[in-house]
Formats: sequence, C-alpha cells, structure tokens
Amino acid sequence: MNAVVAVSGLTRRFGDFVAVDSLSLNVAQGRIFGFLGPNGSGKSTTIRMLCGLLQPSSGSGHVLGLDIMTRYEEIKRRIGYMSQKFSLYDDLTVEENIDFFSGLYGVARARRGARKTWALEMADLGGMRNALTGSLAAGWKQRLALGCAVLHEPDILFLDEPTSGVDPLARRLFWDLIAHMAHAGTTVFVTTHYMDEAEYCDELALIYRGKLIAAGEPGELKRSALSQHIMEVRVARPYDALDAVERSGLVQEAALFGDTLHLTVADAAQARAQLPPWFEHNGFGDVGVEEVMPTMEDVFVGLIEAEDRE
Amino acid sequence: MSPVEPAVCAERLGRAFGELWAVRDLDLTIPPGEIFGLVGPDGAGKTTTLRMLTGVLEPSAGTARVAGYSVQGEEEAIKQRIAYMSQRFGLYGDLSVEENLNFYADLYHVPRRERADSMERLLNFSNLTPFRRRLARDLSGGMKQKLGLACALIHKPQVLFLDEPTNGVDPVSRREFWRILYGMLKEGVTIVVSTAYLDEAERCSRVGLLHHGRLVMCDTPQRLKAALPGQMYELDTAHGRRAREVLAEALGQRRVGLFGGRVHLAVTDDGELQQALSLLSRAEIELRATRRIVPGLEDVFIHAVGEAEQAT
Repeated sequence: MNAVVAVSGLTRRFGDFVAVDSLSLNVAQGRIFGFLGPNGSGKSTTIRMLCGLLQPSSGSGHVLGLDIMTRYEEIKRRIGYMSQKFSLYDDLTVEENIDFFSGLYGVARARRGARKTWALEMADLGGMRNALTGSLAAGWKQRLALGCAVLHEPDILFLDEPTSGVDPLARRLFWDLIAHMAHAGTTVFVTTHYMDEAEYCDELALIYRGKLIAAGEPGELKRSALSQHIMEVRVARPYDALDAVERSGLVQEAALFGDTLHLTVADAAQARAQLPPWFEHNGFGDVGVEEVMPTMEDVFVGLIEAEDRE
Repeated sequence: MSPVEPAVCAERLGRAFGELWAVRDLDLTIPPGEIFGLVGPDGAGKTTTLRMLTGVLEPSAGTARVAGYSVQGEEEAIKQRIAYMSQRFGLYGDLSVEENLNFYADLYHVPRRERADSMERLLNFSNLTPFRRRLARDLSGGMKQKLGLACALIHKPQVLFLDEPTNGVDPVSRREFWRILYGMLKEGVTIVVSTAYLDEAERCSRVGLLHHGRLVMCDTPQRLKAALPGQMYELDTAHGRRAREVLAEALGQRRVGLFGGRVHLAVTDDGELQQALSLLSRAEIELRATRRIVPGLEDVFIHAVGEAEQAT
C-alpha cells in the first residue's frame, strides 16, 4: 500500500486539554477518506497538523512521504486545501480569482494558461469567466474554490466541510468531480457533518474526544459497527407511539421518519417477539416490525452514545 | 383557530423582485400538527416562501392565511401566533443563555408569571440548563441552534417556521434538535422547515419540492419515493469509477451516482438493466453483486429537477 498519509500516536495538547489523543491512521493513494466527528472532537486540529500548520505535541506522521515534524514547509506547498469558507475573493471575477491563486501557489508561468482552461472547464464556468465571484450561487462558488485549490496539481487534497449550504444537485456534481480526481490519483481527505456525504467515501474514520473510535468502509461500518439493531415500525399516530414506546423500557432509542419509527434495540429477536403485542396492547393496532440496515447517522450517533456510556 | 382550519393555506401565492418571480403560483395547505419540509436548490424560493408566510415579506400575487389570519393586512396577528427561526436568527453573543431567553420573552410580551415556567421547560428540553449563565458567543454551533430554537419558542407558537436550521450542525446535535421538534409536535405545534438536506426531509410528514419558484412535487416521503418511475439498483464492484463512466456515457449523468465503491443506477425497466449489465461486461467490469434498492429522497429530488428543467 502506498500510504499518502501515515500517522502514528499523533497527539496535540493545548495546556491540559488533549485535542488529539494518540491518533493512528493510514490513507492510501487515490482514496477518498472521510474524517468524521462531532464539533470539537479534534478534526480540525488533526487536519491542521497534517497540513503543516500546527506542530504535534507528540507522535509521528508523514504526508506524501514528508515528515510533518520537520518538513512542513514542503508539505504546505504540495497539498491542496479547501474549506467551507471557500476563501475566494467576492469582488474579483472568476478569472481574477484563478489568476490570483495561480500566483499564490507558484504555478509555473508556462502552465498557468493550461491550468486556467482546465479549472474553468472542470467547474463549468467557461461562460462566466468575467462574472463577479460574489454574484455566483453557492454551488458554482464551491466548484470554483475546488478548481482554485488544485491549480498547482497537488497529490493530496484536504476538504474541510466543503459542501455546507450547497444544494443536493450541486453536491452530487461536486462529488462527481472529486471522484474523477481520485480516479486520476489524487488522494482526498475530507471532513463532513453530512452522513449522506460520508457514503461517497471509500473509507471512513470516526473520532470523538480526540480518539479514533471506528474506521472502515461505509458498507462495512453499517453492517457491523453497531452492536444494537434498528427495527422499523410503521404505525398510525406516530407521535403518540414515539412518546409511548420511548417510555416502555423496550427500546434504547426511538426516532421518527415520516410515519415510520426507528427503534434501537439490543436484541432483534426479542424485539420482534415483544414489540407487536406491546403496540397492540397499547392501542396502536397490528404493526409489522422489521429489522433494517442502520443509516450512517445511526452508526455515528450510536457509536458516540456508546462512548459516552463508558 | 378552529381545529379544522389549516395551519397554512396559500393560494397562487407569488413574489416578484423586479422582473424575476422568486415564487410563483404556490398552492399549499398544511393541516395542524404536521411537520412539513420545504426542499429545493439554492435560489428555488424557500426563504422567500417562508418570509411571505411569516408576514415579513408582502406577496406580489395570491393570498395566504397562517394560523387563521391573512398575511395581507393581519401580519401582526400572525406574528403573535407563530415563531420564525431564520438563517440569521439574532442571538446576542454578549448576553447569557438566560438573558437571551428573557430578551425574547420581553419582545413577545410573555407575561412575567408564565415566564419562569416556560424558561425552565425550554432550558430543560434543549439540555441547556447547565449552561444558563454561559455567554451565547461561547456556545458550540449545535448549542447556539438549540438556544435559537428555545428563544423562538418562548411564546408557545401555533406554527413554527425554521429556515435551514441545522446547517453546519453535527449529527449528534442534529438528532437532539429533531427530538426537540418532535416534542413540539406532540404539544400540537405545526412545523414548517426548509432544508437542503434530503436525509432531513425524510423525517417530515410531507415534503414539498420547490424549483425555480414553483412547487413541482408535494407528498409524503414514502409516496414520493414510490412514485419515482423505474427502479434503482446498487452495483457492487471493485471498479466503481470506471463503471460509473461507462454507464453515465450510455444512460446520462443523472442516472448514475457513485457512492464509495458502489454505483447507484436508475433504470426504466428490466430491459434497460440488462443493457447496462451487458455494457459493463463488454467493458470487462466485474460485478460482485447487483441488488435492487429503495430510492432515497435525493434520487427523487434529482429526478424531479431534471424533469422540471426539461419542461422549461
């Protein structure tokens, strides 16, 4: 495996607070790696260390084969970075933003024309090269920011919550572009709060309170990361049912999706036996109880709640 | 408001800004006790719709009644009966959690004797009780959203309007936020929420899809998904990216999505599925598994936007 990111025991303290606690992970070349965790769990601190912006307190790590302790200046030049804030200049035109970032990233003069053409085409902004960036819709801005972040053809691209506030269609286009780049060999390291986006990743890691608590492919995590089971129940008067079943002691958690209840239980067979008579007895009639695959959000929330119980 | 009167009833509602119709010919009825999701791309008219329904923005055409009152001429009566949490909901960073709640209680003329009770209840269900003296600016993003919601609810509204309330909020806080919303539903509050996230829309009793200012679809998530023509398949392969390219070229970009290693494919019938499979085998792309899957609301959305664009 050709590891583009390899860290071991990576730790960062701020005073007494351990923001990142002996984190170890590897990311292979050309993979889309999703880095998930609640606010304040250490995601941004980790990314800042990997990008050469923050010194680790202890542990070791390499990005693109370069030691993050000593060769951070080289790392900074060879990575691409894009955050939710896009860092574009609203009062510059599309073309001016591209020129600006070309200069900033030290793209060779001879390459600049070709890279600009590439970025405009990639972002589908050819017809809008003279538009003011501030006047673009969020989806266009996002694609322009992506284009600007990779003008210098980095081997690894860090995306920090790249699609906050972007609509589903634009988001799907964005992920198509990311998949293309990964296919061409760029490694992509992305953080997101949106679990439907986590599904686009080849691999996921979930951190909480600075520690890695789960890692794997999305499908594998959904199949096996949770010790609990999710039972789906379709019921009339779902709000009343939600309230009542939460207090029944039969389930660990209940959530509502339209007119469908998702009930988290420890034992699926027991739930299948106990739940239908309980609903019947409490005046909700005859309901079917079916086990369903947990969503990525179920997995995420379930794993964090399990950590909290310990 | 009588029990049968809808919480929201709009007829041919529209708003133009200059030449541009941000919302046009909107017909929408929301019965009391429902949680209604308004979804759509950026600029589809979600915020304009919410601003008209909350009496903040005057319609250019049509009519709407909210909580039994007209948005044209009875805005003040509406404002007393609804709560509106806009995207830039004003929390005061240099006031504490408790002081923010008090400020909104003053603003909505909540009587002093009811205030202590409401405040305890809201702090309690938002889990903000331990943070009551913390300054709003020192709260995390998720806690700020919950405080915003608590402030919006201090006067016990009949209808609650939320404009993309969970942007940038992590899944754990998001789930807590929704738990609060279910609590409001149980108390009989009607909720209208706009969102750009389709997994959130799945939680609503009904969903309306806005596109270029028009409501192009409106139904329960289950029925919207059932009405999606054709079938969705998930193809599991070691060569997802190549498979996607082959299929997108033959069937069109919108029919194919790549989710990690898995390809999602929308086909009209079995014949088309067979055609897709033979294309893949000709390209020597081996499949580990092919299974039919239930489409998500995102698939519905992408299909509907595609149809609406073809129609114009």
